[in-house]
Amino acid sequence: MSNVTVSNGRRPSPHIPKHFYTVLIVSLILLGTSILASLAFGSRSVPFHDLIDGLFRPEVDTYEANIIRKRISRTVFSLFCGAALGVSGSLMQAVTRNPIADPSILGVNTGASLFVVCGMAFFGMTTASQYIWLAMLGAGLTSIFVFGIGSLGRGGATPIKLVLAGAATSAALSSLVTAILIPRSHVMDQFRFWQVGSVGAGTWGSVTTFIPFLLVGLLIGFLTSPALNALALGDEAAKGLGVKTGTLRLIAALAGVVLCGAATALAGPIGFIGLLATHLVRLLVGADLRFVIPLSAVAGAVILTVSDIAGRLIGSPGELEVGVVTAFVGAPILIILAMRAKVRSL
Amino acid sequence: MTMTTPHLDNVSSSVAFIHAGRRHRQRRWMLITGTMALLAAALCCAMLILGNTIYPLDQVLRALFGEQIKGVSFAVSTLRLPRMLAGLFAGFAFGIAGYTFQTLLRNPLANPNVIGITSGSSAAAVFCLTVLQAGNAFTSVAAVVAGLLTVVVIYILSRGKIFSIGRLILIGIGIQAMLDAVISYLLLISSEKDVPTAIQWLSGSLNGSKMNELPPLVLIVLIFTPILMILGKHLHVLELGEQSASSLGVSTDKTRIALIVAAVFIVAIATATTGPIAFVSFLAGPIAKRLVGNGSYNLIPAGLVGINLVLAADLVGQFAFVTRFPVGVITGLLGAPYLIFLLIRMNRKGEL
Repeated sequence: MSNVTVSNGRRPSPHIPKHFYTVLIVSLILLGTSILASLAFGSRSVPFHDLIDGLFRPEVDTYEANIIRKRISRTVFSLFCGAALGVSGSLMQAVTRNPIADPSILGVNTGASLFVVCGMAFFGMTTASQYIWLAMLGAGLTSIFVFGIGSLGRGGATPIKLVLAGAATSAALSSLVTAILIPRSHVMDQFRFWQVGSVGAGTWGSVTTFIPFLLVGLLIGFLTSPALNALALGDEAAKGLGVKTGTLRLIAALAGVVLCGAATALAGPIGFIGLLATHLVRLLVGADLRFVIPLSAVAGAVILTVSDIAGRLIGSPGELEVGVVTAFVGAPILIILAMRAKVRSL
Repeated sequence: MTMTTPHLDNVSSSVAFIHAGRRHRQRRWMLITGTMALLAAALCCAMLILGNTIYPLDQVLRALFGEQIKGVSFAVSTLRLPRMLAGLFAGFAFGIAGYTFQTLLRNPLANPNVIGITSGSSAAAVFCLTVLQAGNAFTSVAAVVAGLLTVVVIYILSRGKIFSIGRLILIGIGIQAMLDAVISYLLLISSEKDVPTAIQWLSGSLNGSKMNELPPLVLIVLIFTPILMILGKHLHVLELGEQSASSLGVSTDKTRIALIVAAVFIVAIATATTGPIAFVSFLAGPIAKRLVGNGSYNLIPAGLVGINLVLAADLVGQFAFVTRFPVGVITGLLGAPYLIFLLIRMNRKGEL
């Protein structure tokens, strides 16, 4: 219960939250387990000795061993994506000071989709390294637009206003996407391959493309977390503590957009990870962002990897895209948040 | 006596003023509704006349009355008439159901599209189409049941201590995200040949409407429109707010439940027949209100606006571009910017 009072008090405490180490150790154990499970389970079941072959004996060239090797890059990719999406959610929630800010709810995924489709349809782009910048631009512009609409009027950006602005923008952009796609069947095939929201396409190539963005985003996230804590006290108080709120917001939001934009460009739209990871972590260790941000990276990685495993098992012999799984397990968080919220704060 | 005369004068003049106002509003209602009905009729004719080949009206009419004219009969009675009727009834259904929801919840954003009822019906219909390979009647029933279930779940979850429309919308959006995930899953497990049909259906399309698919929709619309109209008198009172309504003798809970059930029936059947044609149920009410003016019961105008939207959008989708677009894409392109505009205005006024 003490955690709950910390999160309500919103006072950035100098000391480490009570359960931090327990939570850290448990989440690292979960991380390890999910990595192993991601290697071992899949839509095709592979015997244990092939798992060992694939992992440790590069000279063995069997079909099963190659499946395992494919799963390695896939797992690394899903860990990175999950971490990026988790931290991106925490950053967006902190910047907007709003518990429901998540890339998918703010319509950022659809924004990235629209730009990627435009890149494919009008500029003939075919590879992720080409449209990663476009996806990021789309993500950034959409989040600014949605947040702009959502914060008009009295009371600033309340959850309901943000959600509605995000939903409306998503609807508008996805009709544009459909309108662009219908006359162009070759783009439609290419786009559907991207849009499934899957880490299955994760190769070592996409991992290396992803790494610089991930590192920059995570670094900014960690470095700005103390100042973001001050922002949680309110703009006035933060200014009083010597925080340049405008610059801070810009940098942190940029980091959030870079993280989710890169993840979306490479894996396709995957929703609700940021929401789920951040709220889980906050429930466990309180609201101090110096701990929430790193832990949401771990939590996001675990959640995405586990969802991916679940998708492979449920969808067998095919695969259920991870984006579908995360939407199904993540959306209830939105519902629970809405149920618990006071009427006035909606 | 000398004291009361001016007062009486005042009263009678203000009564006259009110009467004049009511007459004026009635005249406006008649005028607008009549114009929209005429427009809808014109669009219906256009749906029958236009196509790959343009047939003159007299040939179309003769073909409709059963005369066999080479080429015309097939195109008109087998292709264009079902398409027109599907658009007509679905448009009307989406319009009146959307209007009922919006009036009932006193918020233009609270319509079947936004709060996930359409997704519930869609998920059930996709399940029937792809997994069960079920027939039309069964699909329609399943869509209605799923729509009602979705409403019940959203209502239970959003009850809380104080009813809040904001909470209901948030929960509806959450439910919608889950249902959309279910739809994606169904598309994954369904066999390859069913997927294009399902996707086409999901974007809301009048393509391939067939005569034998229409009876459930027509029947439900004919049964439930009078119910909505009769209960609508109460709805109009509900618009004044809960307390005023109950003090005027309207049993709010019963009326509300009856209205919701009727509206869900209509919207679910329409969804099962044509697929969720985006934003028609959302746009029809506000447009009708803007045209007719506040203070009157706008069910029929909203239905007419719905018809005009669907038929006009379908004509635009068929003929305005090189590629043919399904009607849902056109209404989506029209509706979404309007939704954003509405949100901006509501936020500015602090209505959310």
